[in-house]
Amino acid sequence: MANDPIHQFQISKIVPIEIGGLDFSFTNSSAFMVATVVLAGGFLYLTTSSRGLIPSRLQSVSEMSYEFVAGMLRESAGTHGMKFFPLVFSLFMFVLVANLIGMFPYFFTVTSHIIVTFALAMLVIGTVLVYGFWKHGFGFLKLFVPSGVPMVLLPLVVAIEIISFLSRPISLSVRLFANMLAGHITLKVFAGFITMLGSLGAVGVAGAVLPLFMTVALTGLEFLVAFLQAYVFAILTCMYLNDAIHPGH
Amino acid sequence: MFIATAYAAEEAGAHAPNAGFPPFDASTFPSQLLWLAITFGLFFIFLKKVVLPRIGGILEVRRDRIASDLDQAARMKDEADAAIAAYEQELADARARANAIGQEARDGAKAGAEAERKKVEADLDAKLASAEDRIATIKQTALRDVGVIAEDTAAAIVQELVGGKVDKAAVTAAVRQAS
Repeated sequence: MANDPIHQFQISKIVPIEIGGLDFSFTNSSAFMVATVVLAGGFLYLTTSSRGLIPSRLQSVSEMSYEFVAGMLRESAGTHGMKFFPLVFSLFMFVLVANLIGMFPYFFTVTSHIIVTFALAMLVIGTVLVYGFWKHGFGFLKLFVPSGVPMVLLPLVVAIEIISFLSRPISLSVRLFANMLAGHITLKVFAGFITMLGSLGAVGVAGAVLPLFMTVALTGLEFLVAFLQAYVFAILTCMYLNDAIHPGH
Repeated sequence: MFIATAYAAEEAGAHAPNAGFPPFDASTFPSQLLWLAITFGLFFIFLKKVVLPRIGGILEVRRDRIASDLDQAARMKDEADAAIAAYEQELADARARANAIGQEARDGAKAGAEAERKKVEADLDAKLASAEDRIATIKQTALRDVGVIAEDTAAAIVQELVGGKVDKAAVTAAVRQAS
């Protein structure tokens, strides 16, 4: 049980709630969502409360994350894209903090559940669709018709464009989910090797050094992945939003 | 298929080992979606209404402050440049004025000396002329006196030589003839 690498993804109810036959219980996942939001929001709120002209270190962290996301959005979607800044920033901070909280042993990783990442991806694609059609009407469909393509190839190209558009929410959500899941399973498996080998006596303890180093190295890698996946999620969000703002290729 | 395994897991109890793969357990989806919507929704609203305007404000204030400081620095530099230019202008003026004053003084002194010299020369000329006049008169007087003296002397000599009264008119005529 303790060595079951899947066990860390188990959802357990803390406060059972059932409405209309559906289970809306407050679970460990919900608790960590609340923790993520409180930590991220609290950090951003408290570090900027002094509004220092010369920022303190922690205020710099908040400002840097703000400018990082703002720069990312402005580069990929232009100044018109800045109206989506709160959305992109919230997504980035939520995913980043959820990933980082998940790095603590015994903590639950909110983003290791496909439904969470899929919901976030659908929020992005839904925003793209709603804004695209509201802003451009049917002109938004030009997104699927690249200019300068010969008439013969057009049906094929349009079909490819539509498939690529439809696969976006799936790729966006599966990328984040799979990275988190695989990383945590790998960590758990290697950490499990240490205890398994350690219980085999002196030779086992000596042999356990290797997976120990592996676990340490993987922990570093997982911190990188935690940041990188939040970054990838945010930058892809920016690029999809750019499609909604400028549908013509 | 996942839903089926999820139901199987529920029947077997929440803590049963290998009770399906938790991320694909659809029975937990409504709860996750609801709480994600609540937490992320509140997070989004909080960031949009409170945090982001605040950070944006901080950055804007700083940018304005830096821009105004740079402006002020540029203005002060301009002022310093103007002051330096004014100082150098003043210096050049003063130098030119000093030169002019020196030149004037030199010219004045030269002119004064020249005038003095002219006056002295004129004076000397006048003195020379009057001296020459006096010499001329003295010479004339002397010459006239020489005639009289010669007549007297001639009369005296004649008187000594021949004795008796000498005709004065004849002596004068003889002297006039000799000289």
